[in-house]
Amino acid sequence: MADFFLHTIAGQIILTFLEALALIVPLLIAVAYLTYAERKVLAAVQLRKGPNVVGPFGLLQPFADALKMIFKETIIPAGANRLLFILAPMITFGLAILAWAVIPVNDGWAIADINVGILYLFAISSLGVYGIIIAGWASNSKYAFLGALRSAAQMVSYEVSMGFVMVSVLLCVGSLNLNDIVLAQRHVWFFIPLFPMFIVFFISTLAETNRSPFDLPEGESEIVAGFFVEYSAMAFALFYLGEYANMILMSALTTILFLGGWLAPFGVQPFTWLPGPIWFILKLCFCLIIFLWIRATFPRYRYDQLMRLGWKVFLPASLGWLVLTAGVLLATGWVPHVSS
Amino acid sequence: MAFLDRTARSLLLGELVAGLGLTLRYFFRPKATINYPYEKGPISPRFKGEHALRRYPSGEERCIACKLCEAICPAQAITIEAEPRADGSRRTTRYDIDMTKCIYCDLCEEACPVDAIVQGPNFEFATETREELMYDKAKLLSNGDRWETEIARRLELDAPYR
Repeated sequence: MADFFLHTIAGQIILTFLEALALIVPLLIAVAYLTYAERKVLAAVQLRKGPNVVGPFGLLQPFADALKMIFKETIIPAGANRLLFILAPMITFGLAILAWAVIPVNDGWAIADINVGILYLFAISSLGVYGIIIAGWASNSKYAFLGALRSAAQMVSYEVSMGFVMVSVLLCVGSLNLNDIVLAQRHVWFFIPLFPMFIVFFISTLAETNRSPFDLPEGESEIVAGFFVEYSAMAFALFYLGEYANMILMSALTTILFLGGWLAPFGVQPFTWLPGPIWFILKLCFCLIIFLWIRATFPRYRYDQLMRLGWKVFLPASLGWLVLTAGVLLATGWVPHVSS
Repeated sequence: MAFLDRTARSLLLGELVAGLGLTLRYFFRPKATINYPYEKGPISPRFKGEHALRRYPSGEERCIACKLCEAICPAQAITIEAEPRADGSRRTTRYDIDMTKCIYCDLCEEACPVDAIVQGPNFEFATETREELMYDKAKLLSNGDRWETEIARRLELDAPYR
């Protein structure tokens, strides 16, 4: 049996399929409960109770929402480009799922343990902007178009500084493999030596996932819902799922780059009793809660402030820190040994 | 110096962290929400809700068909017809309130010399059809029977201020 899975092509395909399923199903459930958590956190901060009617503590609310979405009618506007209009949410959602292929949940627990993992992640998250641009253009609506333009400019700006932050982490690791990045943090998690970059990275992920306070592409008060104004039913739900899956992805990335992935804190006795994936999920939840907490706290940025922060603060800061990191590594001789 | 101060503050995200702290405190505060259909907020004794026609403890209806409420009703929602009963007392044969016209001003209650028509504490009388909101005498009397204890208590509490 093990032979079939490991040594035949059909077996390999089935195995990969099962692995993908084992990742995607919990991921979708996590997305569903992230929407629930968001509503609960926002409610608690605003002294409300949040959903509490469907099921105990409202725990079945995400499923009720999903059912509602499924039974709604998908409306395609008369002026829309039908093909692209349908394609856009699929791209957004598909890319959000696709990126998960390289995320290691435990030592070696990634569907594709590739050596350019971080580059792959970066590429996929950059492609995410296509779904949004296509949605905005294909809707043939001014609000959608404005939202798409805003989102494109925003994601491009923040990817630059995110890239520099990633490079400074990579300098400390000496590998692009996500597994190696986590293992390099056995002694100290990178958020301690690279603390300012951790903050820059986290704020950039907020901008990258179009989350508040950088949710200008959606900007309810100015452009209704931004790039997905014209969407309804499942197409709309796919955008939402994509956005939340992206949030989880970015939290996973933060966890891997700065919070030591599946490693237990300090690597000492009482903490190491919990298995790696549990630590990974705990750290993920921590990041996600901060996402929601920030959403509950801050008002939306003005667009020029957003651009100023991206280009005039984060870019020089991350570039400077990159140079500093490289200099310190060279001066102290801590440059990691590159294997092979 | 002021420049340094300002720069240091903005770099250390002081105000942002203070804001996060505030929301965190709110997060753990008791919630203001009440679990509505199972739990209700307090209502003033003067609350002007659904109308009711009251009876004397003997079971005799209070209304003497003076038509003061009909006369004072600014929305002209009340329609009354009356004639002497077999025992010689004057009573209504018809007492209708069109609840879709009523503006809940409580003037009918103010005008009533015998405390017959009152606005009770009930505010949950939404119906599925418009016709159900055309209240007749039987409906109003049954409201009175149903809410009598609460209505009496509220009238008693509000009496010192009238």
